[in-house]
Amino acid sequence: MSGTGLEIRGLTKRFGGLVAVNRFDLAVAPGEIVGLIGPNGAGKTTVFHLVAGFHGPSEGLIHFDGVSLVGLKPHAICRHGLARTFQLVQPFAGLTTLENVMVGAFNRVGDVAKARVRAAEIVDFVGLGPRRDTPARHLTLADRKRLEVARGLATEPRLLLLDEVMSGLNPTEIEAIIGLIRRIHSRGVSLLIIEHVMRAILALSHRLVVLHHGEKIAEGPPAAVARDPRVIEAYLGEAVEETR
Amino acid sequence: MSLLILRGVDVAYGDLPALTGVDLVIEPGEILSVVGANGAGKTTMLRAISGLLRPRAGEITLDGARLDRLPSHAVVERGVVQVPEGRKIFPSLTVLENLELGSYTAAARPHRRESLDRVLGLFPILAERRRQAAGTMSGGQQQMLAIGRALMARPRLLMLDEPSLGLAPKIVQEIFRIIGEINRAGTTVLLVEQNTRQALALAGRGYVLENGRVVLSGVGRDLLDNEHVQRAYLGM
Repeated sequence: MSGTGLEIRGLTKRFGGLVAVNRFDLAVAPGEIVGLIGPNGAGKTTVFHLVAGFHGPSEGLIHFDGVSLVGLKPHAICRHGLARTFQLVQPFAGLTTLENVMVGAFNRVGDVAKARVRAAEIVDFVGLGPRRDTPARHLTLADRKRLEVARGLATEPRLLLLDEVMSGLNPTEIEAIIGLIRRIHSRGVSLLIIEHVMRAILALSHRLVVLHHGEKIAEGPPAAVARDPRVIEAYLGEAVEETR
Repeated sequence: MSLLILRGVDVAYGDLPALTGVDLVIEPGEILSVVGANGAGKTTMLRAISGLLRPRAGEITLDGARLDRLPSHAVVERGVVQVPEGRKIFPSLTVLENLELGSYTAAARPHRRESLDRVLGLFPILAERRRQAAGTMSGGQQQMLAIGRALMARPRLLMLDEPSLGLAPKIVQEIFRIIGEINRAGTTVLLVEQNTRQALALAGRGYVLENGRVVLSGVGRDLLDNEHVQRAYLGM
């Protein structure tokens, strides 16, 4: 498998008359962390749906490590090493933390005992060790967000797409998730991250891409993008550094 | 006289205590912020005030009269209105229909026209979208609608549960600016937020909830400088 990472070219998605994503280009190289930001309704989650196979694109190419993902089912895409998380986390409420993560591990192993071992390692890695046997319905939101990441990791992705894993968390909980994402990255996983928490996205991303009305309006080093007047106008409202 | 008082309020879900001995006072005209980790009991507190949960002990009074034995609709009639976390608008109804439902109470209904003008003045985007199904709007617009719908009930106390949730920075600034504007026009505000920094900066006073108990309270700015708050909630 050639490690060329994710390459999206001319990606377009129409829902009836609405163009949700319009001729969008994006690349995520192996080892890279890319932040995808933009106003609510800009099309960020639609891009995730397209890449992960939940929608088929109207036009455009999606390649991952040399394989075209267009037309593949979500589970097949996941087998290719590309996993995603969901903004609204929906664990199996009656299953324990460990059992939820085992579901992800079954993407790679068919054996229950092996899945259990693999899931246990991931549960410890994301810091949920003390909650391993807690039913998911009893986890706090911060822990459910960790569980969501753990389920994705258990599928052994080379690229992980994170959709607002910090939403609803307080700044201290966010710091902890930033640390977790850094540790995931140092395991050799590349990341594409949708997030509104600017402090986090600026700290983590090697590169930022800004989507507005389905189109890319800026791309580049985080600090430069955060100073781009078009990005400030469409998304930030005011310059990020040294506010409050 | 204080507008709303909680005295020794206990709330539990089955055997699981969610609030323990909570004392809290809201003065007329202020913005009060309640901050705390996920699961600390902030939403439970709002739901107890709204009459959606019954305290196991303690009392909640509005202008000195008991609130905690009233059904939710009667709490709304008395001018205590909650904007729920996650907006909870009616997605298939139009923007206008959502707003009209906000003025359903007997006290608010005669003022529907005037309230609507005020809300559409505060949120011009809602005027633009008035015939659109509410569920087709962006998250920020839906949050504005949820606040607008609450204002249609002509609240004396407006309670907001995480109005910044999932919103882009520019929209968060806009929402916080409008909350300030609503307050300056005379509505008392109780704000529950994870966005600790902005919530405490906006508020006159704040309370910190931990494991269902009030552990700190004071002037918003002082809380921002408090070492424990900085470490536990501001990630500093």
